[in-house]
Amino acid sequence: MSESDPILQVKKLIKTFEGKLVLNGIDLDVYKGKVIAILGPSGCGKSTFLRCLNGLEEVQGGDILLENKSLVNKATNWRLVRQRIGMVFQSYDLFPNLTVIENILLSPLKVQKRNRQEAENQALELLERVGLKDRADDYPRQLSGGQKQRIAIVRALCMNPEIMLFDEVTASLDPEMVREVLEVIEQLANQGMTMIIVTHEMNFARLVADEVVFMEQGSIVEQTPAEQFFTKPKTERAQQFLNILQF
Amino acid sequence: MLNSAINVLFEGKNMYRLIEGLLVTLKIGFIAVVITMVAGFVIGIIRTSKSRMVQLPFRIYLELFRIIPILVWLFVIYYIVPANFDLSLSSETVALIVFSLWGTAEMSDIVRGAIISLPKHQLESSKALGLSIVQMYRFVLIPQAIKRVIPPMINLITRMVKTTALLTMIGVVEVIKVGQQIIEVNSSHHPTIAFWVYGILFFLYFCICFPLSQLSRKLEQKWAV
Repeated sequence: MSESDPILQVKKLIKTFEGKLVLNGIDLDVYKGKVIAILGPSGCGKSTFLRCLNGLEEVQGGDILLENKSLVNKATNWRLVRQRIGMVFQSYDLFPNLTVIENILLSPLKVQKRNRQEAENQALELLERVGLKDRADDYPRQLSGGQKQRIAIVRALCMNPEIMLFDEVTASLDPEMVREVLEVIEQLANQGMTMIIVTHEMNFARLVADEVVFMEQGSIVEQTPAEQFFTKPKTERAQQFLNILQF
Repeated sequence: MLNSAINVLFEGKNMYRLIEGLLVTLKIGFIAVVITMVAGFVIGIIRTSKSRMVQLPFRIYLELFRIIPILVWLFVIYYIVPANFDLSLSSETVALIVFSLWGTAEMSDIVRGAIISLPKHQLESSKALGLSIVQMYRFVLIPQAIKRVIPPMINLITRMVKTTALLTMIGVVEVIKVGQQIIEVNSSHHPTIAFWVYGILFFLYFCICFPLSQLSRKLEQKWAV
C-alpha cells in the first residue's frame, strides 16, 4: 500500500433490511487524516452506513477495504477491526456499572491486553485534554450528557484507532452541551485523525470537514469539498436541503 | 380449653419436633435454592441466544413447569417414575429434583428477562469496543442485570419456601407433617389443638418469608432507576 492509497475504501455497498434497500451501492474513498461529514435527511441510511463500516450491520453486497484488505467475508475478525475503527454513538453509551476510568480502560486492558500503568497514563492524559480528569472515579450517572459523550469519545480514542466514526453524537444532547462535545471532535480533526462524521450540525460540518457526502434514500447524491458544498453545491437536491436548514 | 391446648405444644418433644420439621423444610428449600440460583443463571444466559434451536427446548421446559402444578410433578416423579423405571427415590430426593427443576426454570426466565431488557446500545457499544461475547456478558451485561435479577429472585425463593408445604403430600416429614401428627395424637383430648398448631405454623412461615419479602421490596426501591 502506498501513501496515496485510501485507508478505507467502500465499493458498491449494498445493505437490505427485510427486503428493503437501505444502502444502494455506496462508493467512498477515505484518505488518511481526512474528515468526511455525511449529511442528509433522516432515514437516508447514513447511520446504517457507519454501522456497516464497523461490522455492526451485515452487508448484502459490495466491499469494504481497510488498507486494501477486504472486510466483507466470513474470515474477518471484526474484534480486531473495531480496535482500528473506533465508534461513538448518539446515545450516551457508557457502562453505568463502571466508573469513568474503568469504562475507558476496559477495552485497552481486556481486549488489547495492554499494561495497566501505560493504558491508565494515556487515559488520564486524554481525560485531561477533554477537561474531565477530575471525574475519573465518578460513575456515569454523576455526569451530564455532554460530559458522558466526551468520555465516550475518550473511551474510543484510548484504543488508539486509526479511524473514528461519529454517529450523530450531539443529536440527543441539550443545546448548551453540544459545543463542548464538538470542540473535542474539532481538536481531533486538527490533530489529523481520520474521521467520518454523521451530523446535523451544519456549521460544525463546515468547520471540520474536508469533504461532505450528501446522501438520500440510500445513495450518495453528491460528494464535494466542504467549503464548496455549503456555498455552491453541485446538485439541486443538496441546495434544497441546505435551504431548508437555513431557516 | 383453649389455654390447656396450647400447653400441648410444649409437652414432651412436640416443640422440638416442630423445629426439626422446620429444619427439613429449610434444608430442602436451601439446597433447591442454591441449585436454582446457579443453574438458573447459566440457563438464563444461554436463553438470551437468538437461535430458535437453543430457545425452543428451554421454552418447552419452562412452560411445562408453569402449566403443570408442582403437586402433579411431585406425584409423577414420586409414584410413577419409580414404578416404571425400577428406581427407588426417597421423598426428599424427589422433593429436591422437582423444586430444583421448577426453580431453575423460573430463575432462568428472570435472568433472561433482566439481560434482554438492558438497553440495546450497551450491547452495541461493547461490540464497538472490540469486546468478545464472553467479555461483554462478564463485564457489561451481567453486572447490570444482577440488580434487576435480585428482587424477583428473592420473591422466587419465598415462593419456593412456601411451596414446600406441598411436600407433606408425598410423605416428607417437614414442618406441616409434624404439625398434623401432633394434631392427630392430641385432638381427642384437646379439640382446639389444631388452632394452636396451625397458629404456630403460620408464625414460623411468617418468620422466614416476611423478612425475605421485605428485603426484596427494599432492594427494588433502592435500585429503581
